[in-house]
Amino acid sequence: MISYALRRLVTAVPTLFVIITISFFLMRLAPGGPFSQERGLNPTVKENLDRLYRLDEPLWRQYLDYLGNLARGDFGPSYNLPDFTVADLFRVGLPVSVELGAAALTLALLLGTLLGVVAALRQNRPTDYAVTALATAGSTIPTFVVAPLYQLVFALTLAWVPVAGWGGGALVNKIGPVVVLALPQIAIVARLMRASMIEALTSHHVRTARALGLSDLTVIVRHALRGAVLPVVSYAGPAAAALLTGSVVVESVFAIPGVGRYFVDAALNRDYTLVMGTVVVIAVFVIVFNLVVDLLYAVIDPRVRHD
Amino acid sequence: MTEAAAPLHAAEAGRSLWADAWRRLKANRAAVVSAVYLVLMALACVFGPLFTGHAFTTIYPDYVRTPPSFAAHPFPEEIDGALAEALRRARVEPTAWKQHGGRIEVTVASTRPIDPRIGRYLDRSSSFEGAQVISIAPDGLSLTLSAELERQRFLFGTDNTGRDLLTRTLVAGRVSLAIGLLAGFVAVTIGVLYGAAAGYFGGRVDEAMMRFVDVLYSLPFIFLVIMLVVFLGRNFMLMFLAVGAVLWLDMARIVRGQALAIRRQEYVQAAQALGVSPFGILWRHVIPNTLGPVAVYMTLLVPQVIILESFLSYLGLGVQEPLSSWGVLIAQGAKNIPSANWLLIFPSIFLTSTLFALNFLGDGLRDALDPRDR
Repeated sequence: MISYALRRLVTAVPTLFVIITISFFLMRLAPGGPFSQERGLNPTVKENLDRLYRLDEPLWRQYLDYLGNLARGDFGPSYNLPDFTVADLFRVGLPVSVELGAAALTLALLLGTLLGVVAALRQNRPTDYAVTALATAGSTIPTFVVAPLYQLVFALTLAWVPVAGWGGGALVNKIGPVVVLALPQIAIVARLMRASMIEALTSHHVRTARALGLSDLTVIVRHALRGAVLPVVSYAGPAAAALLTGSVVVESVFAIPGVGRYFVDAALNRDYTLVMGTVVVIAVFVIVFNLVVDLLYAVIDPRVRHD
Repeated sequence: MTEAAAPLHAAEAGRSLWADAWRRLKANRAAVVSAVYLVLMALACVFGPLFTGHAFTTIYPDYVRTPPSFAAHPFPEEIDGALAEALRRARVEPTAWKQHGGRIEVTVASTRPIDPRIGRYLDRSSSFEGAQVISIAPDGLSLTLSAELERQRFLFGTDNTGRDLLTRTLVAGRVSLAIGLLAGFVAVTIGVLYGAAAGYFGGRVDEAMMRFVDVLYSLPFIFLVIMLVVFLGRNFMLMFLAVGAVLWLDMARIVRGQALAIRRQEYVQAAQALGVSPFGILWRHVIPNTLGPVAVYMTLLVPQVIILESFLSYLGLGVQEPLSSWGVLIAQGAKNIPSANWLLIFPSIFLTSTLFALNFLGDGLRDALDPRDR
């Protein structure tokens, strides 16, 4: 299994290379540059800035330079936040986004699985309908509607939590972002779990376990759940990558100093290095979590082997 | 078939896939209600703004951030302020005013003789119209005006600049629904043509075409969208293309899978044997037979497009003023929740209910077209 994991990580390098290459040239095709937008910038100053950041060199040189620096772990300076390097920005922002994302992911997996299992056990009864309704609502109402509504109800009307802000990481400040991030995920996990649990409950091995006289709890947790959780596991990989790298909407509505806004802001400001840094970070998260999912698969389902 | 045999056969005539699906869809109450709701919503958005009595760009300076109400403005407590505001510009002081039904009488005074054309100042206000001078004091330093109250209803209230929110929400609905449909259509067209071609030709062509799709898949989705917006500028029409051009990937994969199976069918082989050109076969045999899943996917794609468009508009990358979409209105509402929560609530209800209806309709269509997958 370890050699399988290593092999997967090695094959991830070409994938990463392709993503970086396409993103690099795609972004450079876009009109404008990091210093062409500031109005009234003296042409000489712009020239000097371009020279300082070596933006005046041919594109292929810049590309090779970037790859070389990246290989040494240097993400380069941010053009629009000149006091920071891209690595600095991630060192400050990523822990915040990861913390919120991890909390939301944990909440979504626990609550979603629980709701899905309960709905499957009470199929076509009021509990099931309630869970299905909740899941439909959770996956239909967009985050940018839920987040301000949460602020309206819980912060402005009931005054239980602050409206926005990080508050140095105080718990009350995190409730809103975590819940809003988790809601759609809870809905999707509950839906997946319900469908696969219903299937698992009618399968032969569960019927056999029942016939052997095992208790309901043992049958459900040890026999039905184990197989039924696989679709949730494969969903959780990409979902984890998306959650941990921050959400634009949630972070801007709640004024969270995470990395979620970097992508949009950087692309609009042509902050090339920050865009590339974000692409690399997201791609690495996606690759790593897909690997984790595949390894977990083998742990949960012994029929899956990675030799 | 002889004429005598026809009625016999008609009695047991098989139902087509579509007739069958239609029958099943009609039996699904949630789907039917959703479809009716969507039609009503579309009609309301297209024709509603004609009947609200306001243009979506009209600004009423007297009614900034007015809360929603069924009653007609101006309210008695608003008249005072509106009078003061209108007459301040005329450099006269209102000394007293009375309301008689739909008219008011106001007496104004000044330290200099008052020009009897002063009524124009009242007409200019969005609260009064048809101002006339009733009487002038002998010294000319005060006069009495009579003016009709200009009745305005703002069922959803008004926004930050004093525009009617109901009209704006309906007009925004036009944009959101139009983008949803058109971008959905663009995505489906590209996806179906691409996927059908890849699946039907197979082999190396398929391999190359699908690797291209894989590459696009591996790029962060939002990056692709933002790059397209950056390229195309903030152009309303090009938004359709940008959004549609990003969302065709799933469609292409679904259709390709279908086409791979269809190309081994006897009727395709028969057409090949008859010498029908590959594009003829694609058009006549492959594409029509993929339309079931395509129809289902399209209804699920439209809400995705609407969400994406709203999301882009929310970020300020989408539709620009004075046009708006539900996403723009929600973004503005979110900024005003402490003082004017109706700006968030009404557009949110419109957007969310439409998304619900589209989802229920999509689920209904899936059940109707693919009864195995219940």
